[in-house]
Amino acid sequence: MIEAKGLTKHYGDKHAVEQLSFTVRPGVVTGFLGPNGSGKSTTMRMIMGLDAPTAGDATVKGKHFKNLQWPLREVGALLEAKAIHPGRSARAHLTMLAQTNHLPNSRVDELLELVGLTSVANKRAGKFSLGMGQRLGIAAALLGDPEILLFDEPVNGLDPDGIRWVRNLLKGLAREGRTVFVSSHLMSEMALTADEVVIIGRGKLISQTSIEDLLSQSTENFVRVRSPEAAKLKAALEHQGAVVALEDDGSLSVRGANEAAIGELAATIPVVLHELAPQSASLEEAFMELTEDSIEYHGTTTSAGPTNSTGAKS
Amino acid sequence: MSTQTTPPPALEKTLPSGRYGFFDLLRSEWTKIRTVRSTMWTIGVTVVLGIGIGALVSALTRSHWASMNIGQRVSFDAPATSLIGILFAQFAIGILGVLVISAEYTTGTIRATFSAAPNRSRVFAAKVVVFGVLSFIVAEFTSFAAFFLGQFLLSSPATHATLSSPGAFRAVFGGGLFVCMLGLIGLGLGTIIRHTAGAISAFVAILLVLPIITAALPSQIAQDIRKFMPDRIGVDVLTTKSQDFGSFSPWVGLLIVCIYAVVLLAIGASMLERRDA
Repeated sequence: MIEAKGLTKHYGDKHAVEQLSFTVRPGVVTGFLGPNGSGKSTTMRMIMGLDAPTAGDATVKGKHFKNLQWPLREVGALLEAKAIHPGRSARAHLTMLAQTNHLPNSRVDELLELVGLTSVANKRAGKFSLGMGQRLGIAAALLGDPEILLFDEPVNGLDPDGIRWVRNLLKGLAREGRTVFVSSHLMSEMALTADEVVIIGRGKLISQTSIEDLLSQSTENFVRVRSPEAAKLKAALEHQGAVVALEDDGSLSVRGANEAAIGELAATIPVVLHELAPQSASLEEAFMELTEDSIEYHGTTTSAGPTNSTGAKS
Repeated sequence: MSTQTTPPPALEKTLPSGRYGFFDLLRSEWTKIRTVRSTMWTIGVTVVLGIGIGALVSALTRSHWASMNIGQRVSFDAPATSLIGILFAQFAIGILGVLVISAEYTTGTIRATFSAAPNRSRVFAAKVVVFGVLSFIVAEFTSFAAFFLGQFLLSSPATHATLSSPGAFRAVFGGGLFVCMLGLIGLGLGTIIRHTAGAISAFVAILLVLPIITAALPSQIAQDIRKFMPDRIGVDVLTTKSQDFGSFSPWVGLLIVCIYAVVLLAIGASMLERRDA
């Protein structure tokens, strides 16, 4: 369990994090989403006791991180890729971390094996690629077999294979009953990995919700219907309280009724259906919709229509 | 998307009793210091300069002994001559002192460290102990080795000393202690400044630039200030003949350098505790 209560961090005039409150519970992967510069890393550093909050409080297992008895065995964190002395080997880096919490050296070998760095364990980390650096960071986070895990952009710099590996790893850790809090700017990645999301913009909480709710709440969710008797169907649907728009191509966009209800209604009228296709917004779009007002640096945006896709289902 | 099922029960780990301790941190800091090449390099340079320069000057002195006049021979300071390399070794150990902490900041290792052991003062204390003991051993080894090699090279006909010669033991042991303290001053500066280049510049400035600035002051004031400066104290510690008028005695000088080190380390520790890592 990770809890933030009114967490606030100001750097001079800049309000990096403002009155942020959320809870990250065990057993699920919780995504931490926000545009660049929205305060995700700062928040994670405050949870880890590295940065002191200007106001508010962050706790893990109900305690301040600083007061944990075995910090590395209780909380693991990957905060930045390659936060390692370039002249030190991967093994030496993990060894010195393990020793702080009285973990045996065998644990270092286990983790090197797990992240696939055994063959380069004694090489200087300065020669590591970004992906290898991420793997080493993940090994460091898992070193103490902690119940609570924080990952800041863990898939950055990983190849598709590595991304899939991290995804499965995070899900597996959550399934074991651990608390997994992972930030990413890759919204589609979160859709595949996270069960819940904490969304922030400009340091403020926008929403804490499940991925499913996020998608279903999105106004971009609708059902596209084609029928030779479109007008008849439209009237019937509107009678049922759905919002129906007749598109230029002759199809109907139905909001407020799902495909099952529409199909059943069509059968009772009856009208023939040529198409009945739920259109779900991708998480990306749902996210854009939520953070529209809070993005600090706007590009010119053209409103792209909803796609068929589904970042969420592929 | 993962299917929304009831999440599994929270994992409850059983932790060992107690908490992470100072001894764990000492082991960790020892691992850190011995697993980077810069440690081996700076220690190597400390030893080579410390012993080598003294040996070179001692050998040269001996070969020129015949051409030295009686006044030069009488005022010849055999222990100081063999220990002259200490004044060069102090820079190498100071750089190691800086790097031991500044490299953690520049590489981000400090955040990994504090994520594993958030009691910063205790981590820092472990670092000071490990570096302090290591630099003490290296500095004393260098100083004693420089002395014995230098005296061996001087031998007859030149005047040479043994550890029981007046002031010799103090010069040798004190020289090592002086180098160790400068290493700790480097560590203190590195903790306060956090940038390698900046901290090394500050360290060099204290030893080389401050004396030049003071020299420009009116002589009475300059003399009062000069005797507090580490470079002057270092020379006085090594000297066994003709102490400079107006200097502190060598032991008092060493005590003053110790105080500098302690004050800088204390300032560094308090900043480490307060600042964001």
